[in-house]
Amino acid sequence: MSTIIIAVVVLSVLALVFGALLGFASVRFKVEGNPIVDQINDVLPQTQCGQCGYPGCKPYAEAIAGGEKINKCPPGGEGTIQSLADLLGVEPEPLDAEHGAEKAVPTVAYIREDECIGCTKCIQACPVDAILGAAKQMHTVIVDECTGCDLCVEPCPVDCIDMIPVGVDRNNWYWQAPKTGAALIATDRQPSASTLVAEEHV
Amino acid sequence: MALLTLSSPHTHGSNRTSRIMLTVALATLPGLFALSWFFGYGTLINVILAIATALASEALVLKARKYPVSFFLKDNTALVTGLLLGLALPPLAPWWITVLATSFAVVFAKQLYGGMGNNPFNPAMVGYALVLISFPVQMTTNWAMSFQVSGTELISITDTLKVIFTGAKELTDAYTGATPLDEYKHLISKETSDQLLQRDTFSGWLNGGWEWVNLAFLAGGLFLMIKRIITWHIPVSMLLALALCSLVFGWDEDLYTPLSLHLLSGATMLGAFFIATDPVSASTTPRGKLIYGAGIGIFLYIIRTWGAYPDAIAFAVLLMNFAAPFIDAYTQPRTYGHDKPRRGLKPGDKS
Amino acid sequence: MTHLIQLHEFDGGIHPPENKLQSTGRGIKKPPMPNELVLPIHQHIGAPADPVVAVGDTVLKGQTIAQPHGYVSAPLHAPTSGTVIAIEDRVVPHASGLTELSIVIKPDRQDSWIEHQSLCAELGLDDCDDIPADALIARIRDCGIAGMGGAGFPTAVKLNTGKYTIDTLILNGAECEPYITADDMLMRERAVGIIRGAQILLQILKAERCLIGVEDNKPEAIAALEAALLELHEEHHIDVVTIPTKYPSGGEKQLIQILTGKEVPSGGIPAQVGIVCQNVGTALAIAEAVDEGKPLISRITTVTGDTIVDKGNWDVLLGTPVSHLLKASGYQAPGKRKIFSNKKPTRIIMGGPMMGFALPTTELPVVKTTNCILAPTNKELPANDIAMACIRCGMCADACPADLLPQQLYWFSKAEELDKAEQHNLFDCIECGACSYVCPSEIPLVQYYRHSKGAIREERATYQKAEQARERFEARIARQEREQAEKDAKRKARAEAAAKAQEAKKSAAPTNSAADKASISTSTVQAATNSADLEKLQKQLTGAQAALVKTKEKLEAAQNDPDQADKVALFEGALAKTQDKIKKIAIDMAAAKKAAKTSTTEAGVSDKGDPNSPERLKKKWDTAHARLETASKRLTEAQEQGLDTVELLTQGLEKQKARVEEAKAAYEAVSSSTKNSSVAEVSTDDLNKENANDELNRKIRAQQDRVAKANERLEMAKAEGLDTVDALTKAHTKQLEKLAGLEAQLTPAGEA
Ligand code: SF4
Ligand code: SF4
Ligand code: SF4
Ligand code: SF4
Repeated sequence: MSTIIIAVVVLSVLALVFGALLGFASVRFKVEGNPIVDQINDVLPQTQCGQCGYPGCKPYAEAIAGGEKINKCPPGGEGTIQSLADLLGVEPEPLDAEHGAEKAVPTVAYIREDECIGCTKCIQACPVDAILGAAKQMHTVIVDECTGCDLCVEPCPVDCIDMIPVGVDRNNWYWQAPKTGAALIATDRQPSASTLVAEEHV
Repeated sequence: MALLTLSSPHTHGSNRTSRIMLTVALATLPGLFALSWFFGYGTLINVILAIATALASEALVLKARKYPVSFFLKDNTALVTGLLLGLALPPLAPWWITVLATSFAVVFAKQLYGGMGNNPFNPAMVGYALVLISFPVQMTTNWAMSFQVSGTELISITDTLKVIFTGAKELTDAYTGATPLDEYKHLISKETSDQLLQRDTFSGWLNGGWEWVNLAFLAGGLFLMIKRIITWHIPVSMLLALALCSLVFGWDEDLYTPLSLHLLSGATMLGAFFIATDPVSASTTPRGKLIYGAGIGIFLYIIRTWGAYPDAIAFAVLLMNFAAPFIDAYTQPRTYGHDKPRRGLKPGDKS
Repeated sequence: MTHLIQLHEFDGGIHPPENKLQSTGRGIKKPPMPNELVLPIHQHIGAPADPVVAVGDTVLKGQTIAQPHGYVSAPLHAPTSGTVIAIEDRVVPHASGLTELSIVIKPDRQDSWIEHQSLCAELGLDDCDDIPADALIARIRDCGIAGMGGAGFPTAVKLNTGKYTIDTLILNGAECEPYITADDMLMRERAVGIIRGAQILLQILKAERCLIGVEDNKPEAIAALEAALLELHEEHHIDVVTIPTKYPSGGEKQLIQILTGKEVPSGGIPAQVGIVCQNVGTALAIAEAVDEGKPLISRITTVTGDTIVDKGNWDVLLGTPVSHLLKASGYQAPGKRKIFSNKKPTRIIMGGPMMGFALPTTELPVVKTTNCILAPTNKELPANDIAMACIRCGMCADACPADLLPQQLYWFSKAEELDKAEQHNLFDCIECGACSYVCPSEIPLVQYYRHSKGAIREERATYQKAEQARERFEARIARQEREQAEKDAKRKARAEAAAKAQEAKKSAAPTNSAADKASISTSTVQAATNSADLEKLQKQLTGAQAALVKTKEKLEAAQNDPDQADKVALFEGALAKTQDKIKKIAIDMAAAKKAAKTSTTEAGVSDKGDPNSPERLKKKWDTAHARLETASKRLTEAQEQGLDTVELLTQGLEKQKARVEEAKAAYEAVSSSTKNSSVAEVSTDDLNKENANDELNRKIRAQQDRVAKANERLEMAKAEGLDTVDALTKAHTKQLEKLAGLEAQLTPAGEA
């Protein structure tokens, strides 16, 4: 009988000690992490387009933190979904088509300036204040600030805003990853220069 | 004019993976010769059988994975895997052991991990470990006795074939025995070192032929080093660690296997120069290689001395394979222009 | 060599076949003048230059045709005289094969120089050793000199070492790449100019010594340099150091390590360890720029490879098309030779086989950094086979001069684990290609690294952009909220004021008093109302009047209609009510108007919340000043490190300066006016009187206003036949009286 009591006592004491240790450790080594909403917001592309159904990325981030699905942001596309899945430890899902499709190439808004009537409607629509102009004056887009969210296109009464793809220049061009496996290996034949021409300049 | 635009560099040295593998295979020839000279044709037959199995199973898997068979077979890695297994298995091991070990090595340990370059473990040793665990009897007793030991002439080629392929009982018993390492370990508790060394197994200079086999592999290894196919780090640190352990614990020959036996018996040299140095599964940083080699040496000694198995190259190598990525992460060289080398893989940490 | 230089060794490195003898067989030649010269405006690292010529302009040799844009940039000069026939996008010699703006010149074959002279003569100095470093650097910048070893960093920027003291100048004559012999031949033939360039550089940098590193496979070049040293009596300052041949000893970082044993910190510049490294070709260009006033308009380029008949070095005008140069060297496209005819595409490489890039076409110009055109046959330099898997043999790590683990970088790059690649110091890779060269699996390692670096840079840019967008978005939201809050506050204030006016009216109504009384009583109300209130009241008034008219009509109708006789009383009541309402509104309006006036005057007086108060302006000025300081600090830092943000920062700095000026001006204006007013306060009676006069005048004007208003209202009431007429008449009279009183006051004050 006494052995049982001893065992129980010893175990309880041990439990207490370790509990205290753990408690201490959790207080002492607490990691002051970003609140989860900020972390999610960091992953979102900040296009502020509202396609997710929220009035901007931050509100969507808050919604995700509250349990909303992670596949509603078309500008971020699969990459963002993957990052969100990694961050939150959930399964990535394919992009919800209901909210739109991922753009193939990044774009920026461009106002055909001689057609602009200066109605300021696009200024009001732009979530990042990327359009400059005053009433009855020609408007123009600050290309560096434009997130390519499309929101200014719709309100324009004379349809003078185009979304143009961001061009490749020396500053943002970089080498493609070399073609590996799949492309070259799929054919069981001698490697020859002709298979390598895949990289040839066109 | 069609012009190619590939990334620089536009020129290439003469090294080729397939040639490297072929050179490794060539470097094993002295050892193979010594094994056949002292222990009969068993090893040779094993090697041929293992290579054939390796190539066949590799081709099958490649076909199944819809990869170009000839292109990948040409890299000669399957050849080396088969060759090393053939060399490591007991000369008179039954044929199915060789086939099982090799196909397991190629199919499971190599291809299922993604093929060449992606296997975390040395395939040959995975195959070896599999049969060693599954069939300990065949694996420990089917060592052919060298002609010096048996006192008779070498087992003939027909007998060898019979033993390997039919497992003829009386022939097997006549020509096989334990390895010197095994015998020393088991008998030292009963006899003194002097008594032991009088036994047949240890007759001659050290023991029947093993020293020559090891010296032959050593020669092959040195050849690889000169050819700059392997670096000195792993073999040297492994042999040094083994020797050190042996000197620290095994100075008393009446209790432990002596150093000479450790170094020149069993698969020591084969392991040090051909198995531990398998680049894919080994550590790759210079300091990492030293640690990796030393680890193998230490495990080798521990298992040989206190473990149940007579030789331990396979387990020692596999254990260190586990550790290799970790070792790599902690032994990165100091990059030019940095004050200290980076350690580990802490995210966001830059030195 | 007079000093014993202790050589150091860098880790790794390879010994590819040198293949240099082919192109050293003959001296440097000049190719014939091409039919057009194409000059991309972006031949250097940094911002592209801005063209300053127009199509149709005639230019002289050496004339500036494009000016630098910002700090890290370089101008461009016409390589020969002729006409600008186009300024358009042309394919540029860059690995991307993209097009960029280029100035196309059609030579007139006169080759007539623009006026040029040595800096010494230009400054009118007797002793040319006295030229200040600034002037030298400015001349180097004006002459468009950019690193000629391959990278093309503007030399003037590199020489502006800022806070770092330089003790060693290193001239890079190692030329470790196979095939290239441009620097070798340059050193052989123009050693004196190179040493002269070294002298100028020493003068600029105030360095103690100069080391010229030359690989030991160039004995002729070394001999020529030694001879030039003796000729210029520089053997005590400048040492020609023979270094062992090993690729990439000509890499800037590696050469510094070999010659001094020092390592350039990761992400840093050599100046941080007291070293500046220049290519020998750049040194020669500097000498020509300073001593003769010649801008950088030509360079030495090696044309070699097995498809070339006349292998050797050419003194090429910048802008010369590669095809022209190939033709001059007797290039034979491999496909054209019958016997060896093979359809495989070949490569034309600009630069060496290790670090050069294959050209997409030969219709490309020679630029400031073109040290070699290599046209090999496929047999000579076969393209890599399909890459096999990495066997982790570690040969790449043994070859890497930066002590990286190329195999790890490869695994990470291939798996797009960019963060890990970055952690493994991907950005310390100098892209030398040694790892790819030795890799037995023929993996295009460098391409992987280039891709990963680009992807990481892109990721960073995207992240930065997202951050920016978020900030702007949040700022916008905050602004909108603020505006909303302001609107709400206004609305609330209005409502309050209305309620108070209501109360005031209530208290005023029983006295049956006149409008002026009401206005007097409401004037005590601390009103925060404004013209909006007035408008509202006006609207109410109009509404009430309209209702009144309607009721009257109805009443009349009812009176005329016997059927509705019973309703007459009702309508009469309604009419009375409406009239009452109108009265009330009129009273409210008067109160509101008054309150509006007081509140505006109050606002004018109070300092609080006034954005133009001197304190605030002072603060603004201070912050602007502080910002300016940080901006300029950043700029100097950037300049020292030669970052390409310099230009941006300069712009920012300018803006900040303008802002400071503005703030200062605003502050000064206000503080002076405040001073004036304080002066006025303590001034003599005269001023007081004047002030009083002013005051009175103002009052009179206000009173006149009021009279007019009262008059108006009176008229209105009369016209409408309201019963407020009486009250209004009274009020009007009172106002008139007041006005008269004020005027009476004014006269004596004015007389006094
Ligand atoms: S869809 Fe994506 S980018 Fe657009 S607002 Fe929502 S989270 Fe932001
Ligand atoms: S300019 Fe148009 S596309 Fe660009 S961020 Fe503003 S609203 Fe979106
Ligand atoms: S040289 Fe090639 S095969 Fe060897 S480790 Fe490096 S990348 Fe892998
Ligand atoms: S290219 Fe980069 S990783 Fe490869 S050897 Fe050169 S520095 Fe090292």
